[in-house]
Amino acid sequence: MHPALSIIAFTTASGLGYGLAAVLGLGLLDPASVATKIAHFVALALISAGLLSSTLHLGNPQRAWRALSQWRSSWLSREGVMAILTFVPLCIAAYGAIFQSRYLPIAGLLGTLGAAVTVCCTSMIYASLRSVQAWHTPLTPACYLLFAGAGGSLLGLFFVASGGGNVLVLSVLSVVLLVAAWFLKWQWRQRMLSQVPLSTPESATGLGFIGKVKLFERPHFNDNYLTSEMGFRVARKHAAKLARLSVLLGGVVPVAAVVPLLLSGAVTPALTVLLAIVAVLSHAVGVLTERWLFFAEARHAVMNYYGQ
Amino acid sequence: MTSLPSQTTPKKLGLVIDLDVCVGCHACVVSCKEWNTGGYGAALSDQDPYGPDVSGTFLNRIHSFEVTPEGGEVVGEAGAARLIHFPKSCLHCEDAPCVTVCPTGASYKRTDDGIVLVDEDMCIGCGLCAWACPYGAREMDLAAGVMKKCTLCIDRIYNETIPEVDRVPSCVRTCPTNARHFGDLADPGSAVSIMVAERGGMDLMPEQGTRPVNKYLPPRPRKPLAAKAVPAAEDTRGATGFFAWVDDMLDRI
Repeated sequence: MHPALSIIAFTTASGLGYGLAAVLGLGLLDPASVATKIAHFVALALISAGLLSSTLHLGNPQRAWRALSQWRSSWLSREGVMAILTFVPLCIAAYGAIFQSRYLPIAGLLGTLGAAVTVCCTSMIYASLRSVQAWHTPLTPACYLLFAGAGGSLLGLFFVASGGGNVLVLSVLSVVLLVAAWFLKWQWRQRMLSQVPLSTPESATGLGFIGKVKLFERPHFNDNYLTSEMGFRVARKHAAKLARLSVLLGGVVPVAAVVPLLLSGAVTPALTVLLAIVAVLSHAVGVLTERWLFFAEARHAVMNYYGQ
Repeated sequence: MTSLPSQTTPKKLGLVIDLDVCVGCHACVVSCKEWNTGGYGAALSDQDPYGPDVSGTFLNRIHSFEVTPEGGEVVGEAGAARLIHFPKSCLHCEDAPCVTVCPTGASYKRTDDGIVLVDEDMCIGCGLCAWACPYGAREMDLAAGVMKKCTLCIDRIYNETIPEVDRVPSCVRTCPTNARHFGDLADPGSAVSIMVAERGGMDLMPEQGTRPVNKYLPPRPRKPLAAKAVPAAEDTRGATGFFAWVDDMLDRI
């Protein structure tokens, strides 16, 4: 599948934003701290930037509002509806923290729930497609949720550290979520690499009863919408290398940066902030790589007609 | 609107494509593009039409496949490949995955005849329906930013202003070898249904669970070339009269 930059940026930014919003909603940050106020703002900014970037790949973005109408059948529509609904508790919680220095438990918990459901809807857009076998598994939403949670708790950790608070809870949460996310992601990738293709050129043409089917000639010599949208191959060459790199940057480096924080008193406040920054940035680059591979490596059933 | 019809549609209009007959001439591709660029919805645009990287929107494309039999098969010669031309357009599936993923309600399946259509005024061009279709039946028009697909020439088949003989999809009307047939596949007595029953019409990618309406007729078994080891032109047994005399005389010279 073609890894559209707008979609990769959207899923990564909104994942981080919803993760941070979920952590804030649990009341794990001191509402009186300036850092927490900034965190609320950053969460909303990441979510908004993500949603805006997702409209960039539309052919007719001026009609994007219509996408809110089919929530009964379409995961994409559900995602849009949930994103907007979730803004309500998130904005109330942000108002409470920014202007009243208060943690509002009801708005906070509703925001956490909304964030989780929205990320789940995003991932179900992909997981519901039978035509892309690598995506069509419950592991897809599980990975999206865990990555959002891991990124969110790392960001939360950074803001707690900046405000001089106790980082123990978020350090533990970050390590647990990072390990879980990458464990499931590894399972996801092994499943993709080892699966027997659901559809083959033989089943796609119905000609398997004669023998082995091979593409002799494409419909046209040049690429078309289908081959450029569904037939992306550049990543395959370095896929294994990139996958290892994504685990290293997205998982190993952040865990290594966070583990020292578990030992209370071992790290100075300034170093804590520095380690948190390293963890957040490294994780973001790792997840961007992971998201790029998520699209670039996935094979679409239509390629059975194009000899790929 | 993007939910599929709750009951089976009373009519299932669709195509039956005969892989035994298609010669891969692309006439249906041209005729489809010509009719539909001026018909239902936005024109089918081309990008860089006179340049080196020409591409464009098509609702119907012909692939050609080489099928190699394994061992002594009835179809084709063992080890010798058979070339099969393969027209591909929307299959108007009963469980159309492209319809249910649509976030706007632009994509829908008609409850009366089962035709899958796009309401282009509502389409936002997100491309998700093209992802959901395993057959590659939908292509985004890059100029109009809306999804295009086969309409089964809805502006021909119900059009009472054109002669009755023309009230079939453009590809069917134009096919010089009669490889494409149009009809109601819900009616067991229709010509297309009888053809499907007699020839063993098949679904493409049944494992995708889409239940396509369009059917493909498999290539007929072929006599192996080895059965005709002696060219017919050199066999004069059974010749009578003048030709037998000429044959006899020429043999003696």
